[in-house]
Amino acid sequence: MQAIRRALSSETVSGWAFVLPSFALIALFGLIPIGWALLLSLQKSNLISPETPFVGLANYRALAHDPLFRETLGHMLIYTGLFVPISIVAALGVAVALNRSVWFIRLYRTAFFVPVVASTIATSIMFLWLFDKNFGLANFLLGKVGLGPFGFFDSPSNGALYSIVAVTVWGWIGFDVIIYLAALQGIPRELLEAAEIDGAGRWSTFRNVTVPLLGPATMLLIVWSSINAFQLFDEVYFITKGGPLNHTLVPVLYLFQLAFQQGIAGYAAAIAYVLFFFILLLTVVQFWVGNRVVHYSS
Amino acid sequence: MSVDVAIARDGGLDAELAEPGRRLRLPFSPWHLVLFPLAVIMLTPLLWMLVTSLETFAETQHFPPILIPHSLHWQNYPDALRAAPFGRWFLNTTIVTTIVVASNLLLCSLAGYAFARIKFFGREAVFMLIIATLMIPFQVIMIPTFLIVKRLGLLDSIGALMVPNLANAFGIFMLRQFFRTLPVELEEAARMDGASRLGVLFKIVLPLSGPALATLAVILFMWTWNDFLWPLIAIINNQDAVTLQLGLTQFQGAHTTQWNLLMAGNVMSMIPMLVLFFAAQRYFVRGIATTGLKG
Repeated sequence: MQAIRRALSSETVSGWAFVLPSFALIALFGLIPIGWALLLSLQKSNLISPETPFVGLANYRALAHDPLFRETLGHMLIYTGLFVPISIVAALGVAVALNRSVWFIRLYRTAFFVPVVASTIATSIMFLWLFDKNFGLANFLLGKVGLGPFGFFDSPSNGALYSIVAVTVWGWIGFDVIIYLAALQGIPRELLEAAEIDGAGRWSTFRNVTVPLLGPATMLLIVWSSINAFQLFDEVYFITKGGPLNHTLVPVLYLFQLAFQQGIAGYAAAIAYVLFFFILLLTVVQFWVGNRVVHYSS
Repeated sequence: MSVDVAIARDGGLDAELAEPGRRLRLPFSPWHLVLFPLAVIMLTPLLWMLVTSLETFAETQHFPPILIPHSLHWQNYPDALRAAPFGRWFLNTTIVTTIVVASNLLLCSLAGYAFARIKFFGREAVFMLIIATLMIPFQVIMIPTFLIVKRLGLLDSIGALMVPNLANAFGIFMLRQFFRTLPVELEEAARMDGASRLGVLFKIVLPLSGPALATLAVILFMWTWNDFLWPLIAIINNQDAVTLQLGLTQFQGAHTTQWNLLMAGNVMSMIPMLVLFFAAQRYFVRGIATTGLKG
């Protein structure tokens, strides 16, 4: 009885009235799709025909024997294994360098922040030109120090993927720098001074005080960057189309091609779900590890 | 907490480095020797885009590259505008971005306020469901989203670009957290005086929430203006619904080697975003810092 009265109270009416527009939209475009994606992965669908026969786990079984899918996972792991450590370590160094008051510090910071707001497509067009194998500035500058010339996005084997790593590190490093700058600000100055009084050198203070205290920020960046790396799409779709010879074909591009270019949507949905599983696993594992290793300051 | 504060208060370490006798004394902080080359590397792609956009086609087809054009060839800009419907793309992107940002500010404020202040039946469950969607990457649900938008009859129109994005979980969560930091006494006083919940939200809470709303607005602007994957899926044949990012890929496909023209178009596509960035850098930085650390 009390529950019913509470359910019909004016607070409940106004609460629901406030929440309903957002909740309806989020349910329709967030919650329903996640269930529907699962259903699709158990069906055969070409996105056009209303006939979507149920095929059970056939899509997942086929996936286990798809050499191309295995290849996309390999590329995803190579890309992630390079992008995540490179961008995070570089961002840590840059954030430490930027965390002081010297002349032009605002300009220096802006140089790192601007790429964050450049779109992936605008960035890709810039790098297509910069990395042009015939007229590109990159080959000219690298030639000055005796390197190259490189084919960059056209290079055989993993060269194209490495070039994609370079493009995305440029675009993302500012994001990591901002997170690290905010975290550096949170480190109490007394701790650094105490280390200094105890005779620790600058490197030792950095290594033994600053880095451990940045643990939560580093954990967060590892999770965020890895999730982003697993979702790589825009750059490989636009710059390399997955080539040369599928060397930059990654899971999201593969599932996009299957669903929207070849009309094999059920199978593509199975790839989406496998990817989702990897992302959830990553989040859980990293937070679990993080809770054990990371030093929380507050 | 803003990053600006953090940067302004160091300085002790530099003094230590300049200790006489042991190290060379520089007329400036030695950190410039690190920061300057790094900043140059970061700015090179942007500066090279700008330089190329002012070169003639012949100048771009030259190796070694011509670093300083013989004269500033501004003609590339009107030429790029003539070569592709940039005006239409700007208009579409502006409409989509404006409506998405405005709708999110309104809907996320309403929902965020209810989650922060109103004790209603089912609140925790609905909140958990909304927060759960933060864990779902768009790439995972893009196929069913396509099918839903198709059933709604929105496919291949700019409606398809707006409707799925009119409210989002991140905005609700962020505003809820912010509203909870405001003192509740003011709101209670207004309620005593007979103000409705809606009145309290619009007359008391939102006027105090300028920075939080601005932060949400710039982040949403960036997401929407720069979005590529969803327009790529949702816009199929309708050239009147093409956005800037989608248009840029068409433009690049049609003028693959005319780098001076491509760079002029690229510069123009980035101007609105850059203007907003320089006008509201503080909010961008805060938005990213909060997305990461508090979100």
